[in-house]
Amino acid sequence: MGGAKGGPVYRGVQKVPDRVLLVFAGLVYLFLYAPIMVLIIFSFNSTKNTQVWTGFSTQWYGALIRDGSVLNAFKLSLTVGLTATAIATVIGTFTALALSRYEFRGKTFADSAIYAATVMPEIVVGVSLLVFFVAATIPLGIVTIVIAHVAFCISFVTIVVRARLSGMDRSVEEAAQDLGANPVQTFLRVTLPLILPGVMAGALLAFTLSFDDFVITFFVAGVGSSTLPLKIYSMIKFGVSPVINALSTVVMVSTMILILGGGRILARRQGNAS
Amino acid sequence: MAFRRRISRGDFLRTMGAGVVAGSTLSVLACQPNTTAQNSGGGGSGPEEKELNLYNWSDYVAKSTLPDFQKQTGIKVTQDFFSSNEELLAKLQAGGTGYDVIVPSDYMVSVMIKSDILEQLDMSKIPNFKNVGANYKGLGYDPDNQYSVPYQWGTTGILYNKKRLGTLEPSWDPMWDPDNKGKIGMLNDERETPGAALYKLGYSVNATEKEQLEEAEAELIKQKPLLRGYFDSTQNRPSVINGDLLLGHVFSGDAFLALSSNEDLDYLIPEPAATRWTDNMAIPKGAEHPDNAHKFINYILGAKTGATLSNYTYYNTPNEAALPMIDDALKNLPGYELEPSVFDRLQIIEDVGAATREYSTLFTSVKSS
Amino acid sequence: MGKQGRGWTVGLAGLLSPVTLWLGLFFLVPLLLILAYSFGKSGIYGGITLGFYPGNYLKVFDPLYLEIIVRTFVIALLNTFLCLLVGYPLAYFITFKGGRHKHTLILLVMIPFWTSLLLRAYAWVVILGGDNGIANRLLQFLHLTDHPLTLIFTPQAVIMGMVYSYLPFMILPLYAALEKFDWRLKEAAQDLGASRWHTFWRVTFPLSLPGVIAGSILVFIPSAGEFVIPNLLGGARTVMVGNLIQQQFLQARDWAFGSALAVMLAVLLVGAIMFYVRRVGADKLEEV
Repeated sequence: MGGAKGGPVYRGVQKVPDRVLLVFAGLVYLFLYAPIMVLIIFSFNSTKNTQVWTGFSTQWYGALIRDGSVLNAFKLSLTVGLTATAIATVIGTFTALALSRYEFRGKTFADSAIYAATVMPEIVVGVSLLVFFVAATIPLGIVTIVIAHVAFCISFVTIVVRARLSGMDRSVEEAAQDLGANPVQTFLRVTLPLILPGVMAGALLAFTLSFDDFVITFFVAGVGSSTLPLKIYSMIKFGVSPVINALSTVVMVSTMILILGGGRILARRQGNAS
Repeated sequence: MAFRRRISRGDFLRTMGAGVVAGSTLSVLACQPNTTAQNSGGGGSGPEEKELNLYNWSDYVAKSTLPDFQKQTGIKVTQDFFSSNEELLAKLQAGGTGYDVIVPSDYMVSVMIKSDILEQLDMSKIPNFKNVGANYKGLGYDPDNQYSVPYQWGTTGILYNKKRLGTLEPSWDPMWDPDNKGKIGMLNDERETPGAALYKLGYSVNATEKEQLEEAEAELIKQKPLLRGYFDSTQNRPSVINGDLLLGHVFSGDAFLALSSNEDLDYLIPEPAATRWTDNMAIPKGAEHPDNAHKFINYILGAKTGATLSNYTYYNTPNEAALPMIDDALKNLPGYELEPSVFDRLQIIEDVGAATREYSTLFTSVKSS
Repeated sequence: MGKQGRGWTVGLAGLLSPVTLWLGLFFLVPLLLILAYSFGKSGIYGGITLGFYPGNYLKVFDPLYLEIIVRTFVIALLNTFLCLLVGYPLAYFITFKGGRHKHTLILLVMIPFWTSLLLRAYAWVVILGGDNGIANRLLQFLHLTDHPLTLIFTPQAVIMGMVYSYLPFMILPLYAALEKFDWRLKEAAQDLGASRWHTFWRVTFPLSLPGVIAGSILVFIPSAGEFVIPNLLGGARTVMVGNLIQQQFLQARDWAFGSALAVMLAVLLVGAIMFYVRRVGADKLEEV
């Protein structure tokens, strides 16, 4: 894609490896995007065929909108995603503050627990939570999904926010405290605004992870809790269909807008501020 | 991450963050009626809320079934889906998951009865039970229908491409025929697929003798190189329609759906035996709306509802009062109305107790061979 | 905040109690629970008797299951290796040859990373499926084959789907590591007469090791626990540990054995990572 025609800047004598590298990069981008493009193109096909082009139509988008269960699943995923993100972001930010500002016994353990939570295979987390909820007789449903999502998002938020904190200049905080601000005031007025980009990045990561999670949700879902990934999975199990293509297109385009738009806004603010 | 760019003040983002928190709180509140955490009353006194949680197989009610029920009774039905009996059981064992009506198949009903997770039905609230045909009540898994009433029934057989293969004799052999290599799809089901091998060998689908199971395993290992894979019935159907498969191991409803749109296909119920299954409605222990559940079950067993249901799902109805209203197009499909000689060779999958795990191991060993 | 006192303790406790509670209750306790269950005995109808029955672990060594575990690790390793093979040159290209397009290029890698794994697997179900499918027509168009091949529902399709799904997880940390690279080192090496190849192996690659480690872990772990891709692209013919665990919990009703498998998987993965990190250098990981 972009790599092939964008043209990197060459300096000096062209050497063969560079050209090979360029072609290779072009192929990798093709590999990354061709399948997505195929999905998008055939979402506009006029027949049910997802492999042979027969003409343009938007009927599958109509079918998608009329299918109330997809819309419900989408709403549910949004609800779960936003709730889990809000909780995980608060907890994760607190944790990051504790880990970067305090020295205490057991810190190494806390650290490893945070990392362990990010590297533990999803299937292990999923079945262990299922077993736990069953043992604790907590009925499976939206609540258990949110609990599970928060549990795996906290660590990611912590790591992202902590990276931001470690790169931060402490002198402003110290100045605020010297001027008589209490820790809570210092945090709200000084620290939080400074680490906010990190917090938002963490929140965005948490939201994506939650919105996209299939494996863990699969094990802890219960009554009235078919999230979008669960719905997609059961749709795929019913065979290939252009309606899934249409749904993929909607999901992918929204993601691109979210990323590109988010990046733009952040970049513009940066421009204004400086 | 690309977002870790520096900004000096985050007014915009702060607003956004507050919005997220507020929005999510509101939406959680809005969703409360869906969750089950509230009152744990469970069938106590007083009228129930006008709600019902149904846990069903995918695409297993007619488009009008639930809206019509709501129109008649004011009860709103929330539906979730499972894809195997075992998944249903696993979720139910979580205890009082909030479902009011579930739809387990025959052998799973007996597992659930033994596991003591089903509520006894109050037949006085299900007058329409009289509509159920004699062949579909009092079956081995629930001899007195104390816990379950039939929902739909069907067979498990072979959907195949008649145009390419010609009309086949009713037998399991085509599924083992090297000429069809790469064009056969079996079910990803640890009872049905070992069951097919057992039928082929002339054994019972509920065999527990070690030798018979070993023979079945050997048959399946022999078959595996010929297969495209192990799939759900709903996946085999489109594959046979579009020609990726010549033969698919399917449930009859999927076969009839395919036959009605494609004249090149045919459905056969193999000799010497094949599966007849019944899906049933039951109420899990701890259901919060048992009255509504009885109303729903009675509604489904109504003549007209039963006919609408089967005309949509393409499965057979156990509801004899509904039979006259079944579409003729459906009745004329091969294998929909069964000759007594065919019906008699069908077997019902039963719970095999401790041997369940033998089946599980057997199928894993086949899949991983 | 630096001074230790009452406020210090209260502050620390306040900041740490939510995470301790949440991860303790909903991460550690469940893990301990399956550890306990893995020594229990499953009843025929679900349910579990706690106790000390090592039988579940002995069962893991049954050739049938051992083979599945070995296969899982082979597939996961192969996937990691392929991602590295494809991802490294790309990350290198973006960092050193990307010029002013660098940010766009890395963004293009991130977009798939943010989109649903399920949908990306589905894309391959569409492309590889069918005799008259897109991949088959392309192969015939390029005269690579003259008759339709069975592409989907093979172990190759599973690996292909995994590489596609996990490639961004490899490229992003590699890019992050290469980004920090000090150009002057490379120039110095070349000034001293080292060949490009030599410079790469002696200077660039060792310095990018933290990225290689992080990327490999990020790819290896989820692929070892994968159960969706073998189902969708493997036609349930390629059984991995993930499928086996899922089957024990949701089908065979053998929670004790399922727990033993899950504990085994977790222990093996942590072991593999520790071994790997030790081999290639522990402190390097911290830099990412």
